[in-house]
Amino acid sequence: MSAVLIIPVVIGGFLLLLILWAFGLYNALVRARNAVRNAWSQIDVQLKRRHDLIPNLVETVKGYMQHERETLESVTSARTAAMNASGVAESGRAEGMLTGALKSLFALSENYPDLKANQNFLALQEELTSTENKIAFSRQAYNDATMFYNNRTEVVPSTIIAGMFHFQPAEFFEIEVPAEREAPKVDFSDKSK
Amino acid sequence: MWELIRANRRKSVCLVIIMAVLLFAAGFVAGEALFGPGAGVLGLGIAFVIWLILTLVAFFEGKDLFMKVSGAHKIEKKNHPRLFNIVEEMSIASQLPAMPDIYIIRSQAPNAFATGRKPEVSAIAVTSALLNQLTRDELQGVIAHEIAHVKNRDILFMTMIGVMMGAIVLLSDVTVRTLFWGGGHTRSRTSSRDGGGQVQAVLMIVGLILLILAPILAQIIYLAASRKREYLADASAAQFTRYPEGLASALEKIADSSVKMKKANRVTAPMYIVNPLKGGARGRRASSSSLFSTHPPVRERIKILRSMAGGSSYLSYDQAYRKITGSSSPVLPRSARSTPDEPARKPSKKPIPVPVPVPIPTPAGKGKAPLDAVGVAALTGASVATGAAAPPEPETLSGKVRETTDALWKSKNYRFVNCDCGAILKVPATFRRPKVKCLRCSRTHRLEPLARGAAER
Repeated sequence: MSAVLIIPVVIGGFLLLLILWAFGLYNALVRARNAVRNAWSQIDVQLKRRHDLIPNLVETVKGYMQHERETLESVTSARTAAMNASGVAESGRAEGMLTGALKSLFALSENYPDLKANQNFLALQEELTSTENKIAFSRQAYNDATMFYNNRTEVVPSTIIAGMFHFQPAEFFEIEVPAEREAPKVDFSDKSK
Repeated sequence: MWELIRANRRKSVCLVIIMAVLLFAAGFVAGEALFGPGAGVLGLGIAFVIWLILTLVAFFEGKDLFMKVSGAHKIEKKNHPRLFNIVEEMSIASQLPAMPDIYIIRSQAPNAFATGRKPEVSAIAVTSALLNQLTRDELQGVIAHEIAHVKNRDILFMTMIGVMMGAIVLLSDVTVRTLFWGGGHTRSRTSSRDGGGQVQAVLMIVGLILLILAPILAQIIYLAASRKREYLADASAAQFTRYPEGLASALEKIADSSVKMKKANRVTAPMYIVNPLKGGARGRRASSSSLFSTHPPVRERIKILRSMAGGSSYLSYDQAYRKITGSSSPVLPRSARSTPDEPARKPSKKPIPVPVPVPIPTPAGKGKAPLDAVGVAALTGASVATGAAAPPEPETLSGKVRETTDALWKSKNYRFVNCDCGAILKVPATFRRPKVKCLRCSRTHRLEPLARGAAER
């Protein structure tokens, strides 16, 4: 009699454990996917912050660098282009151009001692450098999160759950690399390398 | 990254359980020894209550407590934009859920530490000397190391283990002292009944030896965990910044400074990035790692970071660690080592020349609260209970307990008065009268008025 009882109990217990384990896998997948989404929105936040800082910078610099009209204009137009860009590929390219334009602006500012003594300019420079870093770090965090999530969707036990509930692999953020290489060629006298 | 934390957590839980067993064993023996046979359960209860109280205090006051003891002031973005930006950058790189609060300690010794019981509520403190001496890249490395502590939940873990260690030390100290001075039940029991008495006496002695060893064992566990976590935080810092050289040269600068932290004591020492109590790494002792050091030797940490061979991942840190230390066991959990390598980045092109000036907010009032005037040195002195006979011996465990409890008193704005008879009076902030009488020798002392800000709290 006891044997009759034991078998269903063992099977039931085993099934219960299996289900709990599947819950765990599912939850881990959801957590990883949300981390990817969160990291993506971080990039957006930082890009927007850079757009917001640029008018201030141009305003501050204008008085000192009157002979560098072109550079200033290229920064402004790169900003406009970046703000209007849509789609990952296009905005990646536009942001890369903006990065290049800012770089050459700061490089030129070395020739203006008055400007370099301006507190406002120094503060803006720190802000923009930091924003630049934050963009890089949020991209890095996004890629870390993406790799972790993609691994989750591909390794054996959790790939079953991922397939059942349609967890799509996320894309790595790589577009900016070729765009950054292009940027100096497009607009400016070639300084880098 | 997440798996690193999980593997960590598993190990931490094991350590916490070992500590808990040690604590309750100590409680049981203490009960048997103090209140006679059969009272072990009572001792167990007492051990639990002590632990609970200490844990609650550490949990809810931990952050403020550490900051207060270290003399740190909270700053806003406008006080030091660059520091603020770097912390923000590292929060992003480590995917911390919330930005930590930032504190500055005015000190000539470059150092930094982090506190907070969970990643959502954390704080990072750096000294003013650190800000002045490090470049942006180096500062970034230091901050990344601190954020790694927050991210890996090292602080919660170290606080929990630290609290248990404190409770064990307290229990063993009280019991041993009481028995030594003739209290307790063991002596009368053993003399009254001869036959069973002897067995009991032997058991008691074994128990007491255990009780004396428990604090030492607890400390060894605590410090071993602390050292391992330093390596881990270094590895994470390299991973977050993708630039191990930044942290390496920062560590070098910090280690080469021969200035000691005035406000650091042995309780807070494990929290700093480099042990603040040693006067620089040039001394012979600092270069060797012992069972009783809070941090791995700095030179070794620098060497590991430098030999990561252009990589920045946990894997290359692990390889470098094994090469430098000659150890065959990995320092990081296996799951962490499977992350693909990524080349370390170049140093940032050109350091921004002029740092924006730092107006650090001073506390309201006279600038220095009377509590500060007492200083940490006084904390190791005699107290009313033990009297002048006890020499100020910082290396004893009871000295450590006193330091912890005194830190608690100070955080509640108690004033400390050193009496000539050797007693230290602890005067609560609510005590408004200008004079106080010593409880032992009846000498009268004038009290310094409280700083205005402090009296309100």
